[in-house]
Amino acid sequence: MLSFNLLLAVSIGYASFLFLVAFATERRALRGQANWLRSPTVYTLSLSIYCTGWTFFGAVGYAARSGLEYLTIYLGPTIVMIGWWSLLRKLVRIGKTQRITSIADLLSSRYGKSAFIGGLVTVLVVVGTTPYIALQLQSVTLSFQVFAPASDDGISTGFWVAAGLALFTVIFGTRNLDVDERHHGVVIAIAVEAVVKLIALLAVGIFVVWGVAGGPAEALRIIDASPIAAWNMAPDRWVTLTFLAGAAFICLPRMFHVLVVENTDERHLGVASWAFPVYLLLISLFVVPIAAVGLSAMPGQNPDLFVITVPLQYGREGLAMLSFLGGFSAATSMVVVASIALSTMVSNHLVMPLWLRFAEGGATVSGDVRNVVLVSRRISIAGVLALGYLYYRSSGGGEALAAMGLIAFAGVAQLLPALIGGIFWRGATRVGAGSGIALGFTVWLYTLFLPSFGADALLSAATLRDGPWGIAALRPQALFGVTGLDPLVHAVFWSLTANLAAFFLGSLLSFPNPLERLQGATFVNIYRYSGGVRGWGHSIAEAEDLLVMAQRIIGPGEAQALFVAAAASQGKRGYLPDVTPDFLERLERKLSGSVGAATAHAMIGQITGGVTVSVEDLMRVADETAQMMEQQSALETKSRELERTARQLREANEKLTQLSVQKDAFLSQISHELRTPMTSIRSFSEILRDGAGFSAADRKRYSTIIHDETLRLTRLLDDLLDLSVLENGHGTLNIGPARLRGVLDRALATMERQDGPGALRILRRLGDEDIALMTDSDRLAQVFINILSNAQKYCTAPQPTLRIAVTRYERRVEVDFIDNGAGIPSEHQSLIFEKFARLSDTRAAGGAGLGLAICREIMLRLGGDIAYLPGQGGAAFRVTLPLAGAEAPRATATIS
Amino acid sequence: MRGPRSEPLFLARDTYRRRRIMDAARFLPVAAMFLFTVPVLWARTTGTAAGLLYLFGAWFLLILAAGAIARALPYLPGTDPDDAPAPPPGDGGTG
Repeated sequence: MLSFNLLLAVSIGYASFLFLVAFATERRALRGQANWLRSPTVYTLSLSIYCTGWTFFGAVGYAARSGLEYLTIYLGPTIVMIGWWSLLRKLVRIGKTQRITSIADLLSSRYGKSAFIGGLVTVLVVVGTTPYIALQLQSVTLSFQVFAPASDDGISTGFWVAAGLALFTVIFGTRNLDVDERHHGVVIAIAVEAVVKLIALLAVGIFVVWGVAGGPAEALRIIDASPIAAWNMAPDRWVTLTFLAGAAFICLPRMFHVLVVENTDERHLGVASWAFPVYLLLISLFVVPIAAVGLSAMPGQNPDLFVITVPLQYGREGLAMLSFLGGFSAATSMVVVASIALSTMVSNHLVMPLWLRFAEGGATVSGDVRNVVLVSRRISIAGVLALGYLYYRSSGGGEALAAMGLIAFAGVAQLLPALIGGIFWRGATRVGAGSGIALGFTVWLYTLFLPSFGADALLSAATLRDGPWGIAALRPQALFGVTGLDPLVHAVFWSLTANLAAFFLGSLLSFPNPLERLQGATFVNIYRYSGGVRGWGHSIAEAEDLLVMAQRIIGPGEAQALFVAAAASQGKRGYLPDVTPDFLERLERKLSGSVGAATAHAMIGQITGGVTVSVEDLMRVADETAQMMEQQSALETKSRELERTARQLREANEKLTQLSVQKDAFLSQISHELRTPMTSIRSFSEILRDGAGFSAADRKRYSTIIHDETLRLTRLLDDLLDLSVLENGHGTLNIGPARLRGVLDRALATMERQDGPGALRILRRLGDEDIALMTDSDRLAQVFINILSNAQKYCTAPQPTLRIAVTRYERRVEVDFIDNGAGIPSEHQSLIFEKFARLSDTRAAGGAGLGLAICREIMLRLGGDIAYLPGQGGAAFRVTLPLAGAEAPRATATIS
Repeated sequence: MRGPRSEPLFLARDTYRRRRIMDAARFLPVAAMFLFTVPVLWARTTGTAAGLLYLFGAWFLLILAAGAIARALPYLPGTDPDDAPAPPPGDGGTG
């Protein structure tokens, strides 16, 4: 037999090892080497605190009493885990974005950061979890007693275990006030313990199946021959227990803590969704064989301890020791995490609200709030463990471990309606959640918790039997006369029915306050609004006060960093940002990671003068959005207009640039045109002046050249003057009645007629030309002369012919001048009306190239037009004239 | 002012497949509840050993399915396909 002292040494050694592991991990995490600590494997293993000492020892006992029913405890969480995509993922996302610190914090935050809901939930889970902790102490004590039956009454063992656990939890669970409530050392320690308990149970199972029974087939035969051979399933208990286990898996404070609060990466859930069911399957795989072998080998012994006593029976002391350590691990890891979760809740939802209310000046008082929080957490941990120990002591250590666990399950399951309703139903309200939880909790207390102490302990035997004051309808285990139900099923049925009804009706009938509505929308649509919705209106808080407060909660360094960053993002320097709703929201979320949503909200509320969001604020935000959208659309219109104007300006600019280029070209052309004749005039006059002995013929020739060039200059200047007058709209038009035929006659008459074979032949149809016009006949004749002389100069045909065709329309007359020459190439047709546009050699033409430009100006002034007419077999010009009375010449209007 | 976000009526083959895997992930717990509740119908006539084999068999299959789904779910934070409203009923996809 193992000595008690050896056992004690081994347990103390193991506990020291866990301390070391946790300590080393914290050190590494501090140095920023925590990445490997946050793997999906560690996450999955940390979930195994679901399997407590109750599971480790109790499952075998449970199987020995009720057969396969123990499996429901594992099947429920399996269903929840493999359904992670729908529920757990959402919970984890909410937990991360809202910086949730516990299940009480989640519910309080969801229902309008209500301190009432947080406090209620905290009380409920403390009441529900204390017996559960007592259960762990009992399981460790019982397993000690197996090795040293006579040496100890269990009470002092229980005390030392509780004290040791309190020490460990205080050291590693409240080491610092984490803003994200993550405890690396604790998580690694429970991961190690998870491995130890799995290996221990598997080792015992393998030993029993292969070492004792002689193989799986033999083990099944032993099961069939044992007292639990028949599967005496109670369908109501089967379904209820599966449901309860699934609900507890989410709602138990410690499970919520490792599932949601300690989660670092949503993707870990995906791995855990199959890996944790594997863990559960392995943990429960050998339970029935161990129970069956234990029942056959050691009838009459406590089946809860078969895991240790069966190896001892077969002389395997080492295995028994391993098994003991497995149970020790299971119990201690559960107690550690549970007390951390509970102490967080107690300090955030009971102590802090009370402190805020009763401390002088509340949140504005100086001093370090962090100490208040930390001390309250440490005291809470000690208090929770002390409660558990006292409970264990007073209950005296009942025989059936499993019963207490299920009662705790049923208690925390009361949170399920408010939790599920809160994250999927926007209509759930604080009143509904509060009344549901309170009513369900009360019914649970009355029908399950109080009766569980036995007759005459807390409820008198008479009350249990006949109901209070003899009212049979209120008998705790047969409410409203429903008898014959299993007490657990009965309690779960009535408590959850009342809970759901109150939750639903309360939500339907009450009206949520604005913050509740805001939080409801945020939680339900967490995937869409992960950025968060503003919860603060415009306030008059002083940034300095807020900084003072934040320093006291999250520490000076972190608080200053937060404020500097916020100021920088607002474009300010220094430590004090503007107190915008955005900033308040961020600050509150940061603080809520330390002290919970309700407390953080209340503290900021005290400083900002309680200016929180109101319906009007919500509406105003919506209005602001609408206004902003309107302004935006107005801006868009304006910018489109500006764009249009800019385009117009750009076009005008281009035109001006072109004009300037044209002007420059015109000036250089002019100077060129003027200089050529001047050059020859100057040289010939110099010859005449300086030279002597010229013949008369020579002198005459030179003088003629000078004269001709002077004439050319004069003509050029005349033309320029003419053009300038016409273009500027100056000068007068002598509008009067005229006949087209007369004008043409005059033009032809002024032409220098050449005779001979090369002379231009004119073809006219005089009958068409008898048209009355209202025009300036001199100017018109000038146009005609220009066209005629062009034909004379440029028509290169051997027998040049010019046809003049007159066509009369209703409102206008078209006069076409068509010769039989080479015509004008199409690429030049657009140029011929430009100034100085000459297609051939200047000197041959004898003009300056202004003729057609002048013609066009004249025709425009006369209200007509002149255009080149392509495709006529030669050069062709069409002069369009308005008919008399049809349209007054445009020029009349502009001539003053 | 912009109207409500418009959702495509039909999805590309990849997106369609992803949605169906998500459906499978949502359906799996229902299948688990079914498999774990079915023994209620015949447990009274069955021995513990047979029940043990059935339950662990079903359990194992569910774990395999959960593992396959978790592996197949292209889980990218930020581009969460669940962020979008559910696809319109009867969406046939183009695949």
